[in-house]
Amino acid sequence: MIGGLFIYNHKGEVLISRVYRDDIGRNAVDAFRVNVIHARQQVRSPVTNIARTSFFHIKRSNIWLAAVTKQNVNAAMVFEFLYKMCDVMSAYFGKISEENIKNNFVLIYELLDEILDFGYPQNSETGALKTFITQQGIKGQHQTKEEQSQITSQVTGQIGWRREGIKYRRNELFLDVLESVNLLMSPQGQVLSAHVSGRVVMKSYLSGMPECKFGMNDKIVIDKQGKGGTTDDPGKSELGGSGKQSIAIDDCTFHQCVRLSKFDSERSISFIPPDGEYELMRYRTTKDIILPFRVIPLVREVGRTKLEVKVVIKSNFKPSLLAQKIEVRIPTPLNTSGVQVICMKGKAKYKASENAIVWKIKRMAGMKESQISAEIELLPTNDKKKWARPPISMNFEVPFAPSGLKVRYLKVFESKLNYSDHDVIKWVRYIGRSGIYETRC
Amino acid sequence: LKVINCCVWDPSGEIFELKAELNSDKKEKKKEAVKKVIASMTVGKDVSALFPDVVNCMQTDNLELKKLVYLYLMNYAKSQPDMAIMAVNTFVKDCEDPNPLIRALAVRTMGCIRVDKITEYLCEPLRKCLKDEDPYVRKTAAVCVAKLHDINAQLVEDQGFLDTLKDLISDSNPMVVANAVAALSEIAESHPNSNLLDLNPQTINKLLTALNECTEWGQIFILDCLANYMPCDDRESQSICERVTPRLSHANSAVVLSAVKVLMKFMEMLPKDLDYYGTLLKKLAPPLVTLLSAEAELQYVALRNINLIVQKRPEILKHEMKVFFVKYNDPIYVKLEKLDIMIRLASQANIAQVLAELKEYATEVDVDFVRKAVRAIGRCAIKVEQSAERCVSTLLDLIQTKVNYVVQEAIVVIKDIFRKYPNKYESVIATLCENLDSLDEPEARAAMIWIVGEYAERIDNADELLESFLEGFHDESAQVQLQLLTAIVKLFLKKPTETQELVQQVLSLATQDSDNPDLRDRGYIYWRLLSTDPVAAKEVVLAEKPLISEETDLIEPTLLEELICHIGTLASVYHKPPSAFVEGSRGVQHKRLPARAGSCLLYSPAASHFMGAGLGVAPAAMPASLGGAPAVGGGLGDLFDLGGGVGMPTGSYVAPKTVWLLAIKAKGLEISGTFARRGGIIQMDLSLTNKAMSVMTDFAVQFNRNSFGLAPAGPMQVLTPLSPNQTIDVSLPLSMSGPVMKMEPLNNLQVAVKNNIDVFYFSCQYPLSLLFVEDGRFYRQVFLATWKDIPNDSEAQFQIKDIHLNSDVASNKLQGSNIFTIAKRTVEGQDMLYQSIKLTNGIWVLAEMRIQTGNPNYTLSIKCRAPEVCQFVYQCYELVLKN
Repeated sequence: MIGGLFIYNHKGEVLISRVYRDDIGRNAVDAFRVNVIHARQQVRSPVTNIARTSFFHIKRSNIWLAAVTKQNVNAAMVFEFLYKMCDVMSAYFGKISEENIKNNFVLIYELLDEILDFGYPQNSETGALKTFITQQGIKGQHQTKEEQSQITSQVTGQIGWRREGIKYRRNELFLDVLESVNLLMSPQGQVLSAHVSGRVVMKSYLSGMPECKFGMNDKIVIDKQGKGGTTDDPGKSELGGSGKQSIAIDDCTFHQCVRLSKFDSERSISFIPPDGEYELMRYRTTKDIILPFRVIPLVREVGRTKLEVKVVIKSNFKPSLLAQKIEVRIPTPLNTSGVQVICMKGKAKYKASENAIVWKIKRMAGMKESQISAEIELLPTNDKKKWARPPISMNFEVPFAPSGLKVRYLKVFESKLNYSDHDVIKWVRYIGRSGIYETRC
Repeated sequence: LKVINCCVWDPSGEIFELKAELNSDKKEKKKEAVKKVIASMTVGKDVSALFPDVVNCMQTDNLELKKLVYLYLMNYAKSQPDMAIMAVNTFVKDCEDPNPLIRALAVRTMGCIRVDKITEYLCEPLRKCLKDEDPYVRKTAAVCVAKLHDINAQLVEDQGFLDTLKDLISDSNPMVVANAVAALSEIAESHPNSNLLDLNPQTINKLLTALNECTEWGQIFILDCLANYMPCDDRESQSICERVTPRLSHANSAVVLSAVKVLMKFMEMLPKDLDYYGTLLKKLAPPLVTLLSAEAELQYVALRNINLIVQKRPEILKHEMKVFFVKYNDPIYVKLEKLDIMIRLASQANIAQVLAELKEYATEVDVDFVRKAVRAIGRCAIKVEQSAERCVSTLLDLIQTKVNYVVQEAIVVIKDIFRKYPNKYESVIATLCENLDSLDEPEARAAMIWIVGEYAERIDNADELLESFLEGFHDESAQVQLQLLTAIVKLFLKKPTETQELVQQVLSLATQDSDNPDLRDRGYIYWRLLSTDPVAAKEVVLAEKPLISEETDLIEPTLLEELICHIGTLASVYHKPPSAFVEGSRGVQHKRLPARAGSCLLYSPAASHFMGAGLGVAPAAMPASLGGAPAVGGGLGDLFDLGGGVGMPTGSYVAPKTVWLLAIKAKGLEISGTFARRGGIIQMDLSLTNKAMSVMTDFAVQFNRNSFGLAPAGPMQVLTPLSPNQTIDVSLPLSMSGPVMKMEPLNNLQVAVKNNIDVFYFSCQYPLSLLFVEDGRFYRQVFLATWKDIPNDSEAQFQIKDIHLNSDVASNKLQGSNIFTIAKRTVEGQDMLYQSIKLTNGIWVLAEMRIQTGNPNYTLSIKCRAPEVCQFVYQCYELVLKN
């Protein structure tokens, strides 16, 4: 299991050091600093073995977190734990920075004592932790016996992510369907790979221990129901044009509150949600993705000292919808000496420090197209190596789900309290963003 | 006085100030002071001098302050054991506190204080906490048992904590179950042979129930534990798989990977024609692909595992090639791994896409990545024959870029393509030769020289090209020198008239001016060959080369099986068995995949468990004619007039053959045999006699799992049918790579021999000396320390009676069987021989043999970390010394 956990600043100074196992000595702290943080080379692996000791590390801004072990630990678990550790720290004191860590080191030690016992991760849900690890350490005395046992039963219980007795005057929930659409396209416009990775983020402000059921236009469910005779309400479809009733989901994963065996057998998503904001599910689709933009590049080398670049972008969605925050990034060679740009819409600038022409458009409606052309002057070099021509990448945000996913319902049942599904105010929002959206040129 | 002492080594006065603050009356000031102490501790300052003052702050109602003091205690208690006792009272009191959080905190912290005296006091509170009414305390106490076991294993056993821990597996609270499982698994790992984790269908059922209810971490502990279970049959295996598959949709990647491990392992037992088997295969692909959208570090872990899974079961991901395409912004370690998997998945169906990608990658920035991409193109050519032509032209395009390292890498792979497809692509040699000057890496230079030598007859100026390398012969690396020597000899054999001078030159450079023994030896061999028998030289040097295999970098099958059992763990990331990087006993245990039920059908049902894993896996194709190796050695000896017997051991003792299988029990087949170790190769010498009336054919042999993993290294070579009354002698080379299971007695071997009539079983015992390896000489310097380090109760004493040899003869005799005398001492007419033996599985045996002049009885003391072998080592001594 994890033998020790260290946090360093960018210079390699130790900010936090907690050792769980006897086989990890103080010299391990230095070994990591010397061999990884101070190493001249770029990081070649997130797992390093130094003198029979294995170091797992991740970086958050310029803070290094390293877990150390001498055993054959579950490597995936160690990384998941390090990420979780970051989540917990951010939930307590915001951004993970040197200053915040130094100011909260007592709290961090307290957390490390609680969520990692002898190197075994324990309950690390912030909702539960916050009930008994607080900044006012004296809270312990003022708790009643009931409160104490409530805390322990929550930390160890089946529903470790939610405490009992939550009350809201207004029962309300927000669902955000957040998708990032990824594309790799050849210069000829052939889709080399495309997929959507989506998340359903829920903000729940519900009283009691509500039992929820979430439904979406999952092809498997719809097909099953179709046989049963029920039809989907067509009025719900916001993206009418495509006429897509259901989508094929390649795979999905759920927050630990979702009953996985139920999903496996009936494909229904039922759960008791944590309070506040959390990620209900992640999913991935590859079929019938709506690619919101198409990039058509044209690069011509004119002699050895000049490049001509023309890029056309076409928006491919309903004209009534507006895409926002559009940015096209056209890489330029390292020996660029000057650039002239003309674009039809938005603003374009050559950024020498980033070796790219950045073209920004605030808004663009569907089924439109726009164009940029640039002339790039090059310094003559005797470098034999050809320019690698990195792909043209794009950023944008659209108000629909490129996968075609739609929320059909989210039902809430709380039998003990006197509110019903109808009393809950529900909000649904769809946002599609670019993930890695690249076109080779 | 104490204060003055502090000042001596505390010039800044910091410690002094802290001391004053710690003893302050004001609570806030105290707390701030402890915080400062912890801060100093974190950055590595020694604040142990403040021990008594900090411990004084322990008795407080302030939970935060208490936790800080505990943190300090855990760090320094070991260095101040006497003062740490001061804390015991508070701990014991806290274990009785009405607040469960404080009870748990106390028991958790106490377990982290590694001071013997404190552990004694820990037992009673721990016993209570293990039965506490609050699950939070119980789950903490469960882990504490593992902590205590790490400090004092004996104490834990004596106090009966292991049984209490086992009971906790049936606890009503899932988190208690999970922690108990984690603790038991850890303890069991350090006792490989104990039956601690007594997994049976009932406990498995409990674990599967807890799996649905506990935290994500608990699910990982349980799944990792489940993976160690061996289901009784395929039906049980399927029902476990069915209950584990829902975990594949968990958001935590470690849960997913551990579930994949369980499924990959139990799937081995399912018959392939089962519908469920196909369903399961289909279910595995999507979650594996999803892992690739995790953060980069996890992606890396996932990719390293997918690399193993793809080798074990290529069918799972064969349609998912695209997801492994490299993204421009992937970290380099992800890129390299993706590339590796792409090559493994390359097939005729997707080769066009793969090649287009690889070509793209070859223009990237990172040198390592580009090299690997170029190499990958070569591997595609070798793997998918239909693509070879396209690969070669892609490589030629890349050579045209003139980027130095790309050119060099391309030449290295083209050499392999030439070997795989002889007489097909030699037209490109001219292009390659143009780049001769730009090659500055040994591997590329060596490859190019090989090409010139191999195709010397087609290259007009081959002699000039090779000659140009000769000028700087001594500055070249050994690899290039060797290649140059061979290439010029090839050239000479092909064009003898023009190149006589050149070959003279290179031979004298290699034999006279070089201090590299390999180079000199090769030079001499060529020289003698050429001068004595040019025809033979031609046959040797220009012999047809064996085809290179398609998958040169596949992980060896037994290692792969072991790594599959370690999916998700560090072993799967390093692609090494845990024993390679874990110290102590934890890593020694090798895990194996279960045997497939269907593979036993060949044999009678009764034999199904017996034949085990072996039959499903094709035995490594190793020619049985291993005897060829010593013959070559002998030839070399003659060549150099070395004479025989220099430094050669006298050879180990081989017992005469005994009858293992009686003809009446085996429908007329009688088998007698013995075991021998010859030049490091273990052989089973068998005599098969046909006492039946009809001809016997189709002989085959299998071993059951045994203590040291002995297995046939190849099929039994009985080429001619065995006619009635005929006896045939067969020598079967054995390997140590078979499945391992402890046998009773340890050296028992169960064998099945099959022929056209039936399958017969017998068991025999091999002398342990079979497993004594040739490099069993222990370090003299550490012998004594190791001897002392092994506890006395694992020392075994024996009498070897009636031996009339002096100590030198005895040790010579023993050395023949790889029992090495590493030191000798004579005390009062008594010779003490210190000896070492190493077994094939890495176990060291140390021995002390006392020989009194005039006394025919020797006294032998044996120490070994695996004491069960001692008895058998003693038997070997008897056998060797008496024969």
